[in-house]
Amino acid sequence: MATGLEGRAQRVGEVILAVDGVSLAFGGVKALSDVSFDVREHEVRAIIGPNGAGKSSMLNVINGVYHPQQGTIRYLGREYHDMDPHEVAESGISRTFQSLALFKGMSVLDNIMTGRNLKMRSGILLQALRIGPALREEIAHREIVERIIDFLEIQAYRKTPVGRLPYGLQKRVDLARALAMEPRVLLLDEPMAGMNIEEKQDMCRFILDVNDQFGTTIVLIEHDMSVVMDISDRVVVLDYGKKIGDGSPDDVRANQAVIDAYLGVSH
Amino acid sequence: MAESFSGLDTFPKLLLHHARVRGERPAIREKDLGIWQTWSWARFADEVRSLAGGLAAQGFKRGDHLALVGDNRPRIYAAMCAAQCLGGIPVPLYQDAVAAEMAFPIQNASITHVLAEDQEQVDKLLEILPQCPSLAHIYYDEPRGLRHYAQPQLMSCDKLLELGSEFLRRDAAFLDAEIAKGAGADTAAMFFTSGTTGAAKGVVLTHHSLIDRARAAADMEGLNDADVVLAYLPPAWIGQNIFSYAQPFVTGYCICCPESAETVMSDMRDIGPTYYFAPPRVFEALLTQVSIRMEDASALKRSLYRYFMKVARRIGGDILDGRSVGVLDRLAYGLGNLLIYGPLRNVLGMSRVRVAYTAGEAIGPDLFRFYRSIGINLKQLYGSTETSVFVCVQPNGQVKADTVGPAVKGVELSFTPERELLIRSPGLFKEYYKNPQATAESKDAQGWFHTGDAGYVDADGHLKIIDRVKDVGKLADGALFAPKYLENKLKFFPYIKEAVAFGHGRDRVCAFINMDMEAVGNWAEKRSLPYAGYVDLASRDEVYALMRDCVEQVNADLAGEPELAGSQIHRFLILHKQLEADDGELTRTSKVRRRHVGEKYASLVDALYGGKEMIHVEAQVRYEDGRTGSISADLKIRDTKVFPPAAAQKAA
Repeated sequence: MATGLEGRAQRVGEVILAVDGVSLAFGGVKALSDVSFDVREHEVRAIIGPNGAGKSSMLNVINGVYHPQQGTIRYLGREYHDMDPHEVAESGISRTFQSLALFKGMSVLDNIMTGRNLKMRSGILLQALRIGPALREEIAHREIVERIIDFLEIQAYRKTPVGRLPYGLQKRVDLARALAMEPRVLLLDEPMAGMNIEEKQDMCRFILDVNDQFGTTIVLIEHDMSVVMDISDRVVVLDYGKKIGDGSPDDVRANQAVIDAYLGVSH
Repeated sequence: MAESFSGLDTFPKLLLHHARVRGERPAIREKDLGIWQTWSWARFADEVRSLAGGLAAQGFKRGDHLALVGDNRPRIYAAMCAAQCLGGIPVPLYQDAVAAEMAFPIQNASITHVLAEDQEQVDKLLEILPQCPSLAHIYYDEPRGLRHYAQPQLMSCDKLLELGSEFLRRDAAFLDAEIAKGAGADTAAMFFTSGTTGAAKGVVLTHHSLIDRARAAADMEGLNDADVVLAYLPPAWIGQNIFSYAQPFVTGYCICCPESAETVMSDMRDIGPTYYFAPPRVFEALLTQVSIRMEDASALKRSLYRYFMKVARRIGGDILDGRSVGVLDRLAYGLGNLLIYGPLRNVLGMSRVRVAYTAGEAIGPDLFRFYRSIGINLKQLYGSTETSVFVCVQPNGQVKADTVGPAVKGVELSFTPERELLIRSPGLFKEYYKNPQATAESKDAQGWFHTGDAGYVDADGHLKIIDRVKDVGKLADGALFAPKYLENKLKFFPYIKEAVAFGHGRDRVCAFINMDMEAVGNWAEKRSLPYAGYVDLASRDEVYALMRDCVEQVNADLAGEPELAGSQIHRFLILHKQLEADDGELTRTSKVRRRHVGEKYASLVDALYGGKEMIHVEAQVRYEDGRTGSISADLKIRDTKVFPPAAAQKAA
């Protein structure tokens, strides 16, 4: 693996997504307070932190599920307020879920096809009848989905109901569905949670491949430090809803506040 | 057959013939992005031409070797033919071999050009580059992941094809002249034998031998261009090469490459091959799957299955062989065909199979009869790399479970006093590459090939193989000891995946047993027997009892065979890990390397003979990525009942 992997197709570019002074509270509970960071195009950006640090809340804010009480989010230079998740998705940000949100009874293929939903143009009636333009459209979508299936090496499970697959593969299907939207920014919520070492290694490789081949910008949440340090360009560290570190993996590793948050300090 | 093949004495000439005669018929199919993509013979020939041109432009010339590392892919086969067009010699290598195993063939044949399927294979080749200075060109088919590799040796196949088209534009007559220079006596390909016995040897085969054998068998079975074959075994194995290269070139049939190793079953259902080959272990795995799924079926289905399988066992084989069967039986079988056999064949992807072969090792009689009884024309054959496969084949209607059939047209058989089988055939290999000593040892002055297999020809003229000559040993009291014969008997039980018998020079026979995780796991689940994993399950007393039953049945069987009654198994243990090719315990074709296992686990063998009840073992295991780890376990050893030769008849 150590052969000439240096240098990616797309170099890390301009800021694509900027979070500025975001605070989010649920009643009296402050999930996020005054968090700011940015994500550059084509980079792998990690958000880490102990349990309850506000990582998933941060993702949900970007994703449009929660609307922050304070602060702004700029995507592609445009500030957005109160966007619904599907609007965010349409603008090119897709995500995967920590606790899988797949259709268990549907086949792998159909699950991934749902990722193309936002791109379908023909009406529901034509789609149901599968005639004319709807059929042509479905074939085009299917082609994209098949490329993703090939990319993630899940050909053998194309027709298997998702509920029958082992957890590691379900995670891969979740990723496939997110990729089917051809996102510019991909948010991954603990993609490695609950996996064994081999599955983690596979997932790492897929994440890097996605980043490299499609140039997709990746924002991932993870609490397995070693994984994050290996694959991220830059890391944001949250603790109790506050940002306590931001920088390259090496910087973050050396940051005293981060070490304290992870290992605990006597107060 | 109206088609004339006279003068077509090499594979490239045959290719051009098919491109002319049946240019639009399918030659190769590959499932890609979920859809079967077809190359017609004309397209195949174009691809071969461009590849050959590219290789020529890259300095590949007559007599050079081209190594091929990859799974069954159209490009791998096209490259094979491209090398032959230029008078070069394709050398397919096992794609699942670890890097170090690939170094020997490359060094041995001073290979300069390699075509690799993908990043995985390229990585391995780059790893051994320092040991293989001759390696100057590595071409890859699938560019994924290779974009940033900067090694000067690397080039994509697409680029090679481009170079080729350009080269051929400049010199249009070049390739046809090169193809015309080829002759039947030229070397067509080299196969490295898996090395059950020591180091690998390169077996050199000519166009003439491969084409002759491929045609003899094709004529015997009436194969034609309407047949379809699924190419799913390693292309480096001579058998797959015959079925997916030599025979399609001889008959014009179409081969299909599955999407990936995991999709073989569903791809087979898609395709419905008419001509099929699988080693016994594949048939066994399929039957195990069917049995497990049947056990989970509803009561009605289970009883229907049981009933009709009984009918099939009784008369299915006779019906297939065309013997006369009573009207009522025929009706019952017809009904069974509608309800059980037909759907079962369909699930197995064998609805359209006309001819199915198995070879490589002995097949269990029950297993063999199962497939024949549901109407699949499964037959045995005998052959090896050195004989271009076809030596003996069971003709339709003369199929017996324990023989491999009479000699195929053109083959002569003979035996040494030690019962070693000797073969003379037009399909014999030319030599072992750069190994005159080994060549002289196995091919004598009269042209007889010494197979190393012990056997005899029975009253019907069918060949029966017992064991390897060198493995046939003697117990301390001088009685015959044929370890493989015993191991096979054990392996015929679904619960036993692998067995290793010891006994040569000893006073009695003992054995290692490798349980079949799938079958025993399911068995344990049915009995609500909890277990943590392989090692834990293998050490359960219940599993030991199950295995003991199997061993004792074998012993009862053996007691009935006067020559082998002394070989009954007295003690056994269940190994704590599966025997693996990566650990050197099996060959790449999954045969047990008995001597190596005996040496590696010498302490366990001593314990078997030393009368201990328990032994602690710590073993190194090598994972697929080359890392090593260790497993430790306490293995139990159990005694089994043996039967006196005379009493056996009463007991059974």
